[in-house]
Amino acid sequence: MIVENPRVLRRQKIMAHGFLWVFIALIMFPFLMVVSISFREGNFTTGNLFPTNPTLEHWYLALGLDYTRADGTVIKPPYPVLRWMWNSVKVGLIASAGIVSLSTISAYAFSRIRFRGRAALLDSLFIIQMFPTTLALVALFAIFDGLGEITPLLGIDSHWALVLTYMSGITLHIWTIKGYFDNLDPAMDKAAQIDGASPWQTFRFIFLPLAVPIVVVVFVLSFIGVVNDYPIASVLLRSEDSMTLAVGSRLYLNEFKYLWGDFAAAAILSGLPITVVFVIAQKYLVSGLSDGAVKG
Amino acid sequence: MNNRQTPASMTRKTVSISAISIAFIAMLYAVFSLYMTGQPMIAVLVLIVAVGFAIIYGNGRYYAQRFIFPGVAAILLFIAFPVIYTIYLGFTNYSSFNLLSFERVTEVHLSKRVVDKTSERVFLLTREGTGYRIFFKSDAGGFLSDRVALLDGPETVSAVAVDTPPASPMAMKDVIKLRAPLGQVEVILPDGTSLRNSGLRKFASVQQEFQLSPNGQLVSNIGGPTLTPDHELGFYVDEDGKTVVPGWRTNVGWDNFKRIFTSKGIRGPMLSIFAWTVTFAAASVGLTFAVGLALAMVLQWPHLRAKTAYRILLILPYAVPAFISILVFRGLFNQNFGEINMILEGLFGIRPAWFTDGGLARLMLVIVNTWLGYPYMMLLSMGFLQSVPGDHKRAASLEGAGAWLVFRKITLPQILPPFLPLLIASFAFNFNNIVLILLLTRGLPDIPGTIIPAGETDILGSFTFRIAFMDSGQQFGLAGAITFLIFVVVAGLAYANFVAMRRQAAKRSAQ
Repeated sequence: MIVENPRVLRRQKIMAHGFLWVFIALIMFPFLMVVSISFREGNFTTGNLFPTNPTLEHWYLALGLDYTRADGTVIKPPYPVLRWMWNSVKVGLIASAGIVSLSTISAYAFSRIRFRGRAALLDSLFIIQMFPTTLALVALFAIFDGLGEITPLLGIDSHWALVLTYMSGITLHIWTIKGYFDNLDPAMDKAAQIDGASPWQTFRFIFLPLAVPIVVVVFVLSFIGVVNDYPIASVLLRSEDSMTLAVGSRLYLNEFKYLWGDFAAAAILSGLPITVVFVIAQKYLVSGLSDGAVKG
Repeated sequence: MNNRQTPASMTRKTVSISAISIAFIAMLYAVFSLYMTGQPMIAVLVLIVAVGFAIIYGNGRYYAQRFIFPGVAAILLFIAFPVIYTIYLGFTNYSSFNLLSFERVTEVHLSKRVVDKTSERVFLLTREGTGYRIFFKSDAGGFLSDRVALLDGPETVSAVAVDTPPASPMAMKDVIKLRAPLGQVEVILPDGTSLRNSGLRKFASVQQEFQLSPNGQLVSNIGGPTLTPDHELGFYVDEDGKTVVPGWRTNVGWDNFKRIFTSKGIRGPMLSIFAWTVTFAAASVGLTFAVGLALAMVLQWPHLRAKTAYRILLILPYAVPAFISILVFRGLFNQNFGEINMILEGLFGIRPAWFTDGGLARLMLVIVNTWLGYPYMMLLSMGFLQSVPGDHKRAASLEGAGAWLVFRKITLPQILPPFLPLLIASFAFNFNNIVLILLLTRGLPDIPGTIIPAGETDILGSFTFRIAFMDSGQQFGLAGAITFLIFVVVAGLAYANFVAMRRQAAKRSAQ
């Protein structure tokens, strides 16, 4: 290992690259297939990796446009994909904004203000964080069913109900941001205090500007989390028009109405933006991820 | 903070106090409406939050708590309370049969109407000016009603005896057009019987099926069985003890748990589902960890080039939204026109039944979950591997240790302890990974011979989801009971994770 023989090293290099190539080919297979399927004719026909008669039909339908086939038949889009996308983006942005503000403010208090029960509260937050929302689905349904009788704004099928539920998922983010705040120099807030700043002013004018990088990370992470959620959205959203992408996409591969080709185009259209955001942000996300996870 | 009362600080104080009061009153109004609509538990919870809000924001002493109150309130309302409430539902019979309150169920029974066939009379309709008259034939002439407007609204008119039928009754097709308003008309005959529309051509006397007796029983007006409320079952029962739907919500104690542990049709599948849940979570953690660590070690190798490109390609499964990847696999694995079976048939001539064979469906879930989960483990491994000192490895190699021995004796022992909390968290996550199950197999294929639909690929979480929201009549009570069992497991895992984390933190601060 330490005294490397050039020939052995070469062989090892070839093996390593070969292994990675084969592995990546396996991993990429589904993606390549989906791209190919989205240009294929029809929803059932199986074909080659490169479609013999490429068509834009599925893409037209995914974008919500009617498609006229060569024989004159007009195909209508099966589902409102763009509307679902808008729903997802809307809920994602509002909920993430809420998550970021709630968790930043809480994290500041946990990191800098001494108050009674602080450590116990932090520990219980950590334990609550482990409980999956799956456990609460039945009650969430009952709660919003009840609230809906007071105001439909918070009932089943309302996006606000969804946003409120997502905004409760802040515990992990509080820990992440608290870890970041803990690393900031305490001399700064001492100085601010001496100059007569209240804790709120210290937070608003000193900590908040410094927290921008971690706030961005938390925003992106929670946005991805919200857009990816299936269980809560599928319980709280019932009508086709109010669905988010994660719930709606399920309709494509129904046993009785199997729209493989249409799904492929819609999947690329909706998955690409999130993927691109993730790949761009991944460097920061990874450090945020392990920081938040490891700091105790 | 300071006691100087400048006019500006006074106005600010007034504004903030009135804002707090308005918010507090709005919350109290919500409490009141929640209580009135029959949600006392939620009402109490909102009341607690409202009072907490008023105390913390109305009182300068709790300045620090103002920062965390919104977050803690959100967690209480939408995580802690729902978990507790779901478990509470496990002790009730809440389901689609037992959805309403007792009062509402009684109302439903009392509003049932039956048509008395013996009183049926054929009617004719005749136009008079802007209104109409209804005529009923009898042996000697008939009865003619007062004028009715038939303009979509309840009307009650009396009828008098006449000798001759009206001269020009309306045609049937015109009468049919007036069916909806006719349905709201009540005609009182001279002897006091009230008649309502009971068919295309007929009116009849319609009466309440039940009448509430002072002892709480529902006595039938038409000679049917008397119904007695049974508050333990949450149903009205007749003399033979048969239940009548709808029922109401009631506490049933440990009944749901007894059903789980004693009913053979539930206990059998529950055990197999539990075993599969643990197997699935363990296999997922083990495989993603092994693949992720292996890839991280290859990528960490100093002689490898194009590391960044490899890394980005390798984390793609993590970057693509999971719901999309899972559905893509659902299509690719399709038995009849899926691409995977097409390739397998071309190469080996086989077409595995991925969705109808239980074992293969489970294999498919593990394959897909490994594909989805290894990048996370790889990213974490890359971080932890960096902290393994290189000279330890070099020293071992000089002593003649092979690569595998170095890995086993040096690398693994050093990265495992910090990894442990994350592995436990990953286990807990997969223990409840219902997104994968619901989107890929929905728990199918079903285990034969069960009382409630249970699938061979169902994990506890997805099984609960199916009981509560899909087939089998929305049995929220039973779902709540199973949730309690999941809760116990997850609480154990959470605590284990907490202890592992603390230990890790203590070790690090000791260094």
